[in-house]
Amino acid sequence: MGIWPFGKKDKDEEKQAEAPAPEPAPAPEVEPEQEKSWLARLSDGLSKSTSKLTQGIVDVFTKSKLDAASLENLEEVLIMADLGPRTAAKIVATFGARKFDDNIAPQKVREALAEEIEKLLAPVAQPLTIKKPENGPFVILVTGVNGVGKTTTIGKLGKWIQAQNHKVMLAAADTFRAAAVEQIQIWGNRLGVPVVSKDVGADAAAVAFEAYERAKREGMDVLVIDTAGRLHNKSGLMDELGKIVRVLGKHDAAAPHATLLVLDATTGQNAFAQVEGFKEVANLTGLVVTKLDGSAKGGVVVGLADKFGLPIHAVGVGEGLADLQPFTARDFARSLVGL
Amino acid sequence: MFESLTEKLGQVFDKLRGNTKLSEEDVDLALREIRVALLEADVALPVAKEFMAKVKDVAVGADIIKSVSPTQQIVKIVHDGILAMLGDAAESALNIDVTPPAVVLMVGLQGSGKTTTTGKLAKLLTKGRKKVLMASLDTQRPAAQDQLRILGEQNSVATLPIIAGQNPIEITKRALEAAKLEAYDVLLLDTAGRLAIDDALMAEVASVRDIAKPVETLLVVDAMMGQDAVNVATEFVTRVGITGTVLTRIDGDTRGGAAMSMRFVTGKPIKFLGTGEKSDAIEAFKPDRVAGRILGMGDVVSLVEKAVETMDRDKAAEAAKKFQEGKFDLDDFRNQLAQMKQMGGVGSMMKMLPGLSRMSGKIDEAKLDETILKRQEAIMNSMTKRERGKPDLILNSGSRRRRIAEGSGTTVQDVNRLMKQFDQMQTMMKKMRKMGMGGMMSMAKGLLGGNAFDAMVADAAAQDPAAFEKMKDSLPQLGANPFASLGMGQQPKLPGGLPPEFFKGKK
Repeated sequence: MGIWPFGKKDKDEEKQAEAPAPEPAPAPEVEPEQEKSWLARLSDGLSKSTSKLTQGIVDVFTKSKLDAASLENLEEVLIMADLGPRTAAKIVATFGARKFDDNIAPQKVREALAEEIEKLLAPVAQPLTIKKPENGPFVILVTGVNGVGKTTTIGKLGKWIQAQNHKVMLAAADTFRAAAVEQIQIWGNRLGVPVVSKDVGADAAAVAFEAYERAKREGMDVLVIDTAGRLHNKSGLMDELGKIVRVLGKHDAAAPHATLLVLDATTGQNAFAQVEGFKEVANLTGLVVTKLDGSAKGGVVVGLADKFGLPIHAVGVGEGLADLQPFTARDFARSLVGL
Repeated sequence: MFESLTEKLGQVFDKLRGNTKLSEEDVDLALREIRVALLEADVALPVAKEFMAKVKDVAVGADIIKSVSPTQQIVKIVHDGILAMLGDAAESALNIDVTPPAVVLMVGLQGSGKTTTTGKLAKLLTKGRKKVLMASLDTQRPAAQDQLRILGEQNSVATLPIIAGQNPIEITKRALEAAKLEAYDVLLLDTAGRLAIDDALMAEVASVRDIAKPVETLLVVDAMMGQDAVNVATEFVTRVGITGTVLTRIDGDTRGGAAMSMRFVTGKPIKFLGTGEKSDAIEAFKPDRVAGRILGMGDVVSLVEKAVETMDRDKAAEAAKKFQEGKFDLDDFRNQLAQMKQMGGVGSMMKMLPGLSRMSGKIDEAKLDETILKRQEAIMNSMTKRERGKPDLILNSGSRRRRIAEGSGTTVQDVNRLMKQFDQMQTMMKKMRKMGMGGMMSMAKGLLGGNAFDAMVADAAAQDPAAFEKMKDSLPQLGANPFASLGMGQQPKLPGGLPPEFFKGKK
């Protein structure tokens, strides 16, 4: 394969040329989390995930006008934010039809682009609303592929629910992964809420079923059920999830009242397949996007919003109890383009 | 969502018949489609651009080979390019033949699968007769240390006793000491997940590296990762320094473009693939396997491997013998069904075939009724051993058929239908030697008995006859004798048994 000049030496040089400059690291945050307003925390969290994109856009518009080349650059910036080639092309096509002054300020262009993205996101920015049924708890089932941050999200979600003066109970229905029960137990202790669990290897649906009984008996307002991470293309594991949903329905036909899919912001276009897969088995009611405090942008949710229209309830921006923030279309879109 | 690259290139090149060289314009047209395919597979943009420039260099002016279409030629060029970029399978050996203990440091983002991979790697090395110690430096995530301890217990691998309150540096020192004193060959250090932009934690892992002096530092990456792969790779390379990567969750349905991004940006080999949740679901990296997926061309290798994994070898050998003698009874049919089910059902098998993979949407739409398989199995389970060996007994006795129907909760019609399908299948089995891929497919059709399958195949053939033909020929060894190639040792490498050079030291 001599025609392929991918040798090591070449590569190092290419890497120099090609690799984006390392991001200026944000000042480490030692934050008194409780004190800050949620708005401050939202912009903190989001700004961490957007500085690269911002720089890219500044480059695009300080260096050239809104011609074909600029639009192409803009499209690339969106692709790098994981919007995917189709969604990026679609947004840029709409955007390219708009007229701008020759010497338009980059700030104005960014605002306009943010508006385009905001339009796509606005319909899905809906907070999670908890409405306790008369007879029994409001059940939230938390699903997702492995390693997206389901358990961490549940810890933070528990805090959020408590803050609304609801009595909450957690259920450890991840009976597969080693130490998953211990992990949620620790979150339960931090929150001071009960955690229902059984032994490793127990039937996950049985945990959910019994947790409901106990939550009802103890007068809980909300029951949050953790599930094992599962790839959406594994039919056996997806059937297990289906069973959890079914047994909850025996207690209350409307349960689970909310079924959340947790999405990792570093995930690329496979997020589409994830939503499709989970939607089929468990009637998804909303999304939570995690790990937005890293360098990943989570741009795939723009395409998801367009295709599925599922509400995006919240974003995870850290591992602390207060690091779950409401998803707001305007702020998210503006932050995506660095405003 | 993902139309096949081959299909789209076919449309581009339809107009090109008769040319003898690929012109720059032709190639540009094709590159546009390739770009979308790569980006949809999550290959990072800078990497995709670089790659396309090289494809262009090779493709422009290339002589059109008469026997293949320009589409196939370009796809071949792209495929070879991806293979070249992904690197050599031989590089995947771990360099652990050093003065013990050989320290392997596992790093990566949160949730990439470090702890699970550490457990799998430990088990693999233990199988290779290494004495392995694992230690978790993850003091961040609740119960992470417990997780590694439990994995160790499950797989009989030693873990460093947990001392609450120790920081990662202290744990590292203690682990090194223990590894030396107790004469371990390999020490695996599992670290906390960290964001590439988290200064404090990146500095911490660098200190661990300075103390532990690992011979291997493996960056564990989720195969589903998107464009951020570039940032992550760059940061971990510059701040920690890595010797290789491990790509996890390759058993999902992701196209896995992150593999290309990682290999390109780090310049380091991909060493392992995580292929499932079980502790032995780890394999040495195979570039051909990943390349096909990135292009959406199906994963034949995986299909064959999965078949090898699931096939009971003795049963397969027996079936193969019977098959060659023309004696294929209901017992064999039942085993086949059971194995098919283990492989994830007909639908997931078909999705892995080249040419059919791009129709995965249609396969789902057709809603191949897997309950039919279940019912058929139930019917056969209600037969006596003797009846399964001598199907004529059933054919000749209405009362037997009634009994079987009652026993399996089906109707006599269902039993008759099964017997008819079995008869068709026997006929097909006899033909299969000559039929190649088609045989496999008829078998699937025979089992499903559905028109949906016919329609789908006709559709495939109509859309892209060339690719379809190629697909039919692409598994000659399977067609020639499915049992022999799957179960009788013609596949030299079986999962779990890695080649001996796998553990070889530095050259």
